[in-house]
Amino acid sequence: MLNYITDYLRSNTTPGQAGNVLWALVYILIIFGGVSLAVVAMNWLERKLLAHFQIRLGPMRVGPHGLLQPIADAIKLLTKEDIIPSEADKPVFWIAPVMILMTAFSAYVVVPFGPTHAVTDMNIGILFMLGVSSLSVLGIVMAGWASNSHYPLIGALRSSAQMVSYEIAMGLAVVTVILMTSLHGLGIYGTGAGAAGTGTLSMIEIVKAQLAQQTWFVFKFFPLGLISFFIFAVAMVAETNRAPFDLPEAESELTAGFHTEYSGLRWSLFMLGEYAAMIAVSSIAATLWLGGWLRPFPNTLTGDTWDLVFSLFPGLTFLGLALIAFLGVIRMPKHAYFRLQTLGLAGFAAVLALIGLILFIPPVRDRIQDIYWFIAKVAIFMYLYIWYRATFPRYRFDQLMKVGWKVLLPMGIGVLLVTAIVGVL
Amino acid sequence: MTDATKYMSHLELGERDETFLDSNELIINMGPQHPATHGVLRVILKLDGEKVLGTECVIGYLHRGVEKIAENRTYTMFNPYVDRMDYVAAVSNGLGYCEAVEKLMNIQAPPRANYIRVILTELNRIASHQLWLGTHALDIGAMTPLFYTFRDREEILKIFEKYCGARLTTHAFRIGGCQYETYDGFEKDVQNFVTFVRPKIDEYEALLTSNRIWLERTREVGKISAKDCIALGVTGPVLRASGVKWDIRKAQPYAAYSEFDFEIPIGEKGDTYDRYLVRMAEMRQSLRIVEQAVGKIPSGPIMAKVPKVIKPPAGEIYHSIEAPKGELGYFIVSDGSTQPYRLRVRPPSFVNLQALDIMVRGQLVADVIAVIGTLDIVLGEVDR
Repeated sequence: MLNYITDYLRSNTTPGQAGNVLWALVYILIIFGGVSLAVVAMNWLERKLLAHFQIRLGPMRVGPHGLLQPIADAIKLLTKEDIIPSEADKPVFWIAPVMILMTAFSAYVVVPFGPTHAVTDMNIGILFMLGVSSLSVLGIVMAGWASNSHYPLIGALRSSAQMVSYEIAMGLAVVTVILMTSLHGLGIYGTGAGAAGTGTLSMIEIVKAQLAQQTWFVFKFFPLGLISFFIFAVAMVAETNRAPFDLPEAESELTAGFHTEYSGLRWSLFMLGEYAAMIAVSSIAATLWLGGWLRPFPNTLTGDTWDLVFSLFPGLTFLGLALIAFLGVIRMPKHAYFRLQTLGLAGFAAVLALIGLILFIPPVRDRIQDIYWFIAKVAIFMYLYIWYRATFPRYRFDQLMKVGWKVLLPMGIGVLLVTAIVGVL
Repeated sequence: MTDATKYMSHLELGERDETFLDSNELIINMGPQHPATHGVLRVILKLDGEKVLGTECVIGYLHRGVEKIAENRTYTMFNPYVDRMDYVAAVSNGLGYCEAVEKLMNIQAPPRANYIRVILTELNRIASHQLWLGTHALDIGAMTPLFYTFRDREEILKIFEKYCGARLTTHAFRIGGCQYETYDGFEKDVQNFVTFVRPKIDEYEALLTSNRIWLERTREVGKISAKDCIALGVTGPVLRASGVKWDIRKAQPYAAYSEFDFEIPIGEKGDTYDRYLVRMAEMRQSLRIVEQAVGKIPSGPIMAKVPKVIKPPAGEIYHSIEAPKGELGYFIVSDGSTQPYRLRVRPPSFVNLQALDIMVRGQLVADVIAVIGTLDIVLGEVDR
C-alpha cells in the first residue's frame, strides 16, 4: 500500500496517467471538497463584495461579519419543505439539478492545479472540458421543461439558445490558443525561438507550451492573444448565465427563469452547479491565457533568490488575510453583546495566521506554490464576475444574440485566421 | 389560462410571422405577484415566442375606494387620505387637494405658505424620481443605482420628518396654508441637501447615461409619438419626452411657481431613453427651484383666514397640478355641506398606464418590463 503511494509520488505524473486509481480517487475527493468549499466561500464573498459596491454592509449577523452565513443558508435550504409541483414531470424534475451539478464537477477532471496536480491529463483535455461543460444546457432545458410552467420554459429556451451561441465564439477563442501552442512566428512576433512547437489539446501541455515559449498566451502575438482572451472572457460570462448575460434567470422578467419552480435542496444544487461552472470556466481561462499554475516571470526572474521570494507569496497572503481579520477584531464594538463575535473573529484570524505560517515551511511551500498561483488567477475572474454583476444592466435577448453572432463570432474567426497567418510568417 | 383567454379575446392582435415555428401563442400572466410590476399590477401578455402581440392590464388589486370615502368625510378629514394614493409623492397629492378646496372656497394661501409648499413639493419630486430611477434600473438589471438613489432619497425624507414628523405619508399641508412653521435650520438643511445631491445625480448618470447596455436596452424601446400621447391623455415626463412642452407649473402656474426661473426639459423621440433623460433633467430643474425658493422665502403668516368648519359654497371645481408623474387633478362637487358631494381624482399613473399597450406591441418581453418601469406608475394611485 505504502509502496503504491510512494511510487506515485515519485512518478511525477498525474494519477490518471500513472494508472493509480486510489490516488486518483483521493484527488477527486479533494477537488470535490475544495470546489464545494470554494462555492461556499464565493457565496459569502459575493454577498459581501456586492454589498460594498452598493454602500451596504451585507451579512453581518450570523457570525463575525456574517462569516457563518453560508452555513446558515445551507441549513435553511436543507430543512426546507421539498416541493414538486403537481403538474411537473417528476423524474426529469429530479434529474435536472443533478445533471447540472454533475457536468459542472466533471469538468474538473482535467483542470491542472499544478504540473502533477490534476486527476488526469488527457490528450483531448480542453475538448473534454468544453464538451462536458456544454452538457449543462441539457440540465437547464430539462428543468425548464419538467417544471411545466411558462416562466421556466421561456427561461430554459433562452438559456439553451444563449449557451449554444456563445459556445461557438468560445470554441474559436480556444482554437486560437491551440494554434498558438504550435506556432512561434518569426520577425517581430518571434517569441521563444528555439522552443519546438507542439500542437496540443492537453491542459497540462498547453501550460508547458507557455513556459517553453516564455510568454502567457494572453500576450502572445500582441494583440491577437489579448483579443482571443477578451472573446473568451465575454463568452464565459454568457456561458455561465451570469450578469450582464443572466437572461435565463432574469428575475425582473421571468421571476427566476428555469429554476422558478425549484426550492430547497434542489435549488441549492442549481446554485452549487452554477458557481462550480463559474470556477471551471475561469480555470480554463487561467490555464489557457494566464499561464495556469506558472508563477509570474518564470523565465526572466530565475535563480534561488527569486524562487524563494515567489514561494513566500502563499504564506504572506494568508498572513495578510489574518491581519485584515485581526484589524476587524480591533474595530469590533467593545460591548458585551459582541464578545462572542469578537472571539470568533480572533479565532478565525488565528487560524488564518496558522495556515500562513504552515505555508512557510519549505516542503509545504514548494508543493503548494503551483496551486496557489492557479487559484490566485482564478480568483481574479471570480472577482470580475461579481464586479460585472454590480455594474452592468442586463442585455435583452435579441441584443445578446447580436453580440454573440455578429460581434464575437466574426471577431473569433478573424483572430483565428490572423493568428494562423502570423504564426507561419 | 381560460380566464386569461377571456380577457384577451377582444384584443386586436398585431402582425404575426406566419412560420411553422411560431404556431403556438403563449399567454402568460405577469403579476399580480411579480417582482417587476411595481406592486399589484397584473399584465396579461400574449406572446409569440418572445414577441409581444398584445397586452391587457388588470387593475384594482389595491382598490380602496378613496373617492367614495371622500363623500363620507369632511374636507379636513379627507386630507390625509390623498397621501395614500401616490404614496411616493404624498406631498404633491396633498398640495393638489388643498389647492382645489382653496379654489372652491376662494381662499388664497399666504406667500410664505406657498413657498414652503413649493420647496416640499419639489423635494418630493426629486424623491419620487429617485425612487423611479432606482427601480427602473433594477428592472433593467442594474442593481447598484437602487442603493445610491435610496441613500440620497433618505436625506429628503429626513427633512420631511423634521418638518412634519412623517416620512412618507406626510400630510404636510392644510386647507388654507400649512399647519407647521418651518423648524429652525430648515433653510440650511434644504440648502445643504441641494449641494449634497447635485454631484450624486452626476453619479447616477455616470453609471447609466452612456452605458452601452443601458443605451441598447432603452433606446428605441417603448416609443410613443406626441400625437398618441395627447390622444391617450398621457401627461408628465412621458408626454414631455415625446416632445410636447407641457408642464402645468408653467402653463397654469399654481402655488408660487410663477416666481421662479426654471426650464421644461423635453425629449425628441419619445423612447425610454428620452424619458430617462427628461427625468434626470427634471431633478436638476427641481433643485434650481428649491434653491431659488429657499433663497427668497418671505416671512409672514403660514395660514390664511380659514373658517373653523370648512364648508365650501355649492359648486364644482377642477384643479390640477404637475405631480412628479404627470397631471394630478381633483374634481370636487360641493353641495354646500361639510362633505364633498362627489370627489373625482385624475391620477397621472392611471392615465399613463393606458399607453402600455401601444408602447410594447411588437416588442419583446424584456421591453414590457422596461416600459412599465419608464411609465413610473404607482399602483396605489392607479387603483385608488
